[in-house]
Amino acid sequence: MRLKRIMRDSGHLIRPALVLLAVLGLFLVVRAAVVPKGFGKYGHYRPAALDLVRSRPISYAGQDTCVLCHEDQAKVRAAGRHAHVACESCHGPQAAHAQADDPSSLKPKLPDVAGLCRRCHEQDAAKPKGFPQVHTAEHSGGMLCNSCHQPHNPHL
Amino acid sequence: METNHFESPSRRDFIDFGTKLLVLASVGATFEQITGAEPAPDTYKVAEHWWGMLIDIGKCIGCGSCVRACANENKVPDGYFRTWVERYQIEEDKQPKVDSPNGAMDGFPLPTPADIKSFFVPKLCNHCADSPCVQVCPVGATFVSPDGVVLVDESYCLGCRYCVQACPYGCRYLHPEKNTVDKCTLCYHRITKGLTTACCENCPTGARQLVDFKNPKDPIHEFLKLNKVQVLKPYMATEPKVKYKDLDVAVR
Repeated sequence: MRLKRIMRDSGHLIRPALVLLAVLGLFLVVRAAVVPKGFGKYGHYRPAALDLVRSRPISYAGQDTCVLCHEDQAKVRAAGRHAHVACESCHGPQAAHAQADDPSSLKPKLPDVAGLCRRCHEQDAAKPKGFPQVHTAEHSGGMLCNSCHQPHNPHL
Repeated sequence: METNHFESPSRRDFIDFGTKLLVLASVGATFEQITGAEPAPDTYKVAEHWWGMLIDIGKCIGCGSCVRACANENKVPDGYFRTWVERYQIEEDKQPKVDSPNGAMDGFPLPTPADIKSFFVPKLCNHCADSPCVQVCPVGATFVSPDGVVLVDESYCLGCRYCVQACPYGCRYLHPEKNTVDKCTLCYHRITKGLTTACCENCPTGARQLVDFKNPKDPIHEFLKLNKVQVLKPYMATEPKVKYKDLDVAVR
């Protein structure tokens, strides 16, 4: 008799409970659809963003890659004052050249000597005192630097 | 009494079916949240690095190789800079004169008058460990990665520019085409492959060096033992990871 009454009245609890569960379920579904995968794994951001940034292509192949093929030039350079100047610092980005099936099809352009050397070696009081620098106009009178200096090993 | 066999579902049936479907979907969604985010196997371990940079002002010649390298590597639009070089010209009892013609993309064509104290200061994102730009982002589009690099999630950035204003170092800009914020990534796509950054790769004097503070073999540890370094605007308490050697008090 008593049990019957409890069962009858329990409907008042079960129904709201079901509604609550349904709302919770709806919340979970919406959350799964809206919140990106793994959000909060490292912090308040999408961990996939790390891979997004990492997936960008490179333009500069890097010193070690150049030396793999251009051993002769690398030797000349390593013996001189330009030993620590990376190839691509003067020759520009060469990742496309290095990654090409036939690298000779993507030959790097020779640098424009008139502007190139000056950027580093034009006299400026702001440059470190020990750094080799000249007034190019007085020093060479308009002659190109590489008519006297060999750029890979510039010492005369 | 005969009833129609193709009874349309009652409201009760509809709710009943809908609830069951919802329970199934929510269980599935929860399960997916727990198991779906498996990390891809990777040789690069974010937990083993803490990136920064060392800039030796005494070595910088203001050639702008870093600026050109950065622009090439990261397709930085004309007139915007992820890194740039400033020249300070300081005369006693005067405001320091600071210039950076086109970010020093072509070096400094006009030389400094000889009798003035002057030097070059390369600038870039300081990759602050406690960065204000990250704190103000309303959508979690910019963040400090577990290996200490401040990055922007382009697909999440709204372009609201809060972070541009928050950065005390002026290192962020709104990309004119993408309309999202762009900044130095410390060449994250390179350093995670074992390469150095484009600017460090192309610096002819070694004035810039990529640093991994967590790598015990990194020469930075020996360097910090023997040299005094400073960061930009230490009073901002942003804990920059770009360290400067020979930094003058005039530099802001």
